[in-house]
Parts: sequence; C-alpha cells; structure tokens
Amino acid sequence: MTFSLFIIYKIVLVVVVFLISLVIAMYSTYAERKVAAFMQDRLGPNRAGPFGILQPVADGVKMFMKEEIIPQVSNKFLFILGPSIAMFTSCITGAVIPWGTSLHLFGHDFSLQVTDINIGILYIMAVTSIGVYGIMIGGWASNNKYSLLGALRASSQMISYEVAMGLAIIALVMHTGTLSLKAIAAQQVGWHWNVFYQPVGFLIFLVCAFAETNRTPFDLPESDSELIGGYHTEYSSMKLGFYLFAEYINMFISSAIMSTLYFGGYNMPLIGRLHLSPNTAAILGVVFLFAKIFFFIFFFMWVRWTVPRFRFDQLMNLGWKILIPLSIFWVAITGFVTLMIHR
Amino acid sequence: MQTLTTRSKVASNKKMTFVEKLYLPAIMGGMALTLKHFFKKKVTIQYPEQKREFAPVFRGQHVLKRDENGAERCTACGLCAVACPAEAITMTAAERKPGEEALYREEKYASVYEINMLRCIFCGLCEEACPKEAIFLTDRMVDTDYVRKNFIYGKDKLVDPLNNPIDVSKRETRETREFKTHPEFTHNKLNTKSLK
Ligand code: SF4
Ligand code: SF4
Repeated sequence: MTFSLFIIYKIVLVVVVFLISLVIAMYSTYAERKVAAFMQDRLGPNRAGPFGILQPVADGVKMFMKEEIIPQVSNKFLFILGPSIAMFTSCITGAVIPWGTSLHLFGHDFSLQVTDINIGILYIMAVTSIGVYGIMIGGWASNNKYSLLGALRASSQMISYEVAMGLAIIALVMHTGTLSLKAIAAQQVGWHWNVFYQPVGFLIFLVCAFAETNRTPFDLPESDSELIGGYHTEYSSMKLGFYLFAEYINMFISSAIMSTLYFGGYNMPLIGRLHLSPNTAAILGVVFLFAKIFFFIFFFMWVRWTVPRFRFDQLMNLGWKILIPLSIFWVAITGFVTLMIHR
Repeated sequence: MQTLTTRSKVASNKKMTFVEKLYLPAIMGGMALTLKHFFKKKVTIQYPEQKREFAPVFRGQHVLKRDENGAERCTACGLCAVACPAEAITMTAAERKPGEEALYREEKYASVYEINMLRCIFCGLCEEACPKEAIFLTDRMVDTDYVRKNFIYGKDKLVDPLNNPIDVSKRETRETREFKTHPEFTHNKLNTKSLK
C-alpha cells in the first residue's frame, strides 16, 4: 500500500467512525425519549417527521439557536475548555475499537480499525480518565455551587469506579493475555465470548461503565432533582449540547467496548459454516457488532428507566466496599485458574 | 381498625437476606416489569386528531340559545351578570322595534352581550340564574389567543349560529325542557301568539 493511499484510507475511516458516532449519539437522544415513553406507556416524540424521526434534527436546530451565555463570574477560558475536552475525549476513544476484520479491495487489505495499538485497553482507560477533566473543569469554571458539587461528585465517582473497572480489565487481560483490542476480538471466535469465562468481571465492568458514563442509577453529577443540572447548570446553547452529546457518545463507545471485550466484538457464532466470501463476512461482522452495540445502548436506557438513583453514600459504599473487593477476589480467582490451565 | 386500602403493607426494618442485599434479583425484576410495559398498549390520546369525550356536565364556552323559531331568547334581564361570581358578564339592553319579533323573543333584548372569557371561571351560575333558558355552557373549549381583548366574546361569538345550532340537550334538565315546551305555560303561549 502506498503512503498516500494509506493516508486517504485512514482519513476516510476516521471520518466515517466520527460521523457514525455523531449520528448514533443524535439518534440515541431520540431513542432514549422513545424508550422512556414506551416504558411509561406513552408514545414519545412522534410529530417531527414520520414516527418523530426528525426530532433529533429539530433538537439540534433548537440547541444552535439558543442564546450563548457565558456567566460574568466564570473563567471564560476554562468554561469553554470544559465541554471541548468532554467532546474531544469521547470522540477519540472510537479510534482503537475494531469495528470489523478487514475488507479486501483493489488488492489491498483495509483493516476496519483506525489504529491497532498494542495497549488498546490502556488507551481507553486513559482517555476516559481524561474525560472527567471535561466535567470537572466545566463545573469549576461555572463558579456556581451546584456546578461545583456536580463536578466534585463526578470526579469522585469516576475515580472510585475506575479502580474496580481497571481490576475487572486486569482479570480480563489475564484471561486473554493481550492488551490489544484487535487480538481480544479475534480470540473470541464462535462461542468463545469472554463473558462466559469472565461473568463476574463483566458484571463489575458493566456497573462501572454505568458509573463512568454518568448514567442512572449513577447520574449523581447531574442529578436534576438535587443539583438543578449538576456540572452543566450554567451551560447553554451548543456548549450544553456538547456535554449532552459527549454523554451519548460515551454511551455508544462503552457499548462498543463491552461488545468487543466481552461479547465477541464482530464475531458471529456459526458464521464460519456459511462459507461466505471474506468481504461479505467482514461486513456482516460489522453489522453484528452494531447489533450488539444497539442492544447495549438499549440496555443502558432500559436500566435508566427502571432503577432509581443511588444516594451518594450508597454509591461510594458500592464502589469501595463491594465492587473493589469483589474485583480483587475475581482477579485472584482468574489468576489461579489461568495458572492451573497453563501449568 | 379498618384499613383504607387493600394494598397497604406493614413496613419492617428486618435485616435483608444475602440475596436481597445483592440487589440484582430486584433490579432484574424491575427490568422485567419495565420491559412488559414497553410492549403494552399505549394510553396516549393524540390530541388534535383524537379527542377524548367530555363528560355531559362539562362546562365550556357559553352559547346564547335561540328558540325554536330562531329568535334570541335572552331578554337582558341581567340576572346572569348578577349571579356571576367573577363579574365576567356585561350587557346593554335595548327595546325591540316592531317587526323585529322574529329576531328577539321578548320586547327587551340585549343589544350588546359580552363575556370576558379570561375572567370567567366556568362555574355555570349564569346558566342556573337565567329565567329564559337563554344561556348555556357547552362542551367547546375557549380558543387560545395572543391578545387579551380578543377574549371578550361578544354576541357574534356567543349567539347560536342560525343554521347549525349547538346541541345543549345534555345540559338541559327535564324541568328546563318542560319549561320551554309545555303548552300550559304562558310564555310558550305568548310566543306562538305573537309570531302569528
Ligand atoms: S360561568 Fe360563572 S363565571 Fe362564567 S360567566 Fe357564567 S356565572 Fe360568570
Ligand atoms: S342570559 Fe338569561 S339571565 Fe342573562 S340577561 Fe339574558 S335572559 Fe337574563
């Protein structure tokens, strides 16, 4: 592959992944409202276009038309930096996710992963940890007690749950023996999904993913009933839109990560028997991965409209006294079993 | 003691069992419930297209009825205005000229009759006070508007349209109907005579 072709292919892939993230985030807002409505025996938005399909567009236009307010007492630079970081970090996580195997076109192999770094999982952990800065800086710069409380909650919550999440991932890595997401996805051919080997690890990861994305039952940073809007109380117009968007992109990305790490990624059971051409199989793999992702996005919403919010002390209790010991225990078990097998 | 509801449960502070402490069974139970609702029939009424039927006693926008010959029943006695707790009704009386018998039922009629729909509380006392069975509240909503002065409804909006009268039979009591139609009553006789 020539260098220029390589560059063009990567740019196209990056733009496609970026656009898909945005569109999915857009339609997640719509899906969220629909799911919420259906679970409450309502119909949800159905006026803008057929079945309300254009609702996200209407929402977007509304967001853009809103007056941009930067409070006098806020730190202007940080105030703008906050949502930018939140949006930026949530967008760049998609880079290491293997969206599929590879397409063979014009005599070249095009891998459907923007970049396969050998420490993919660490990269994701690192980027999500930076994500908390977006919230923290935004809440701090607003110079508002509610924002500050929201930001404090967000940072303490994320730091607490990252520990358990990291430990769950350590157990997974002990099982797979690699940090590269591509290798992890490739290992899970057929029914060898990691969730069957790491059920407790998956459960811990799932709970932590909810906490990391600030979704109910862990939506304390923006708990509207206590903190008005939490860290984004002072935000308006598209800066608010960025925060909300970042949350939905995070949801999408964490669904993708969960599918890749635990649910076989783009692998389909039984697909090997169909004897499809490699390209068709690759495309079907992408479709299958997205089916899993959509299921998880639905799952996120499903939980949101079922489970009430935790109290803050309960949240900390769960994180430090239950999830962390449990994950350490699970790491020990995994280590022991792995040792037994590989002896 | 008799309980107020059959669904009350005695609260207890007993220690949770290990399974209960796990929360997961409870969460799954909750999620099964929400999923069940997901596929349930929706209760939404799509308002402008679909309308929910009003109760027969619903009190909405007023109508000034005409009698069976199309003459306005109101005689501008002002009893409705007196009865109105919100002081929403104002009117100007005028005398019926010869030849206007087909327009106005009595010798005196309301040349101006206004109800301020922003003041009105739709209590229906005007309807009860009216001795001539002229004013009724109907099952129509008062339309929205941008300016206050448009909410002062004059006779143009209140009087029953000639060609398609508004049905108020649901609000008419048996006594009312009798009052209007019974041949023994003098006013019913009077009317038929004056028109002849
Ligand atoms: S309904 Fe009540 S408030 Fe309205 S005009 Fe009649 S008497 Fe007055
Ligand atoms: S509506 Fe009835 S109560 Fe009111 S002025 Fe006319 S006749 Fe009298």
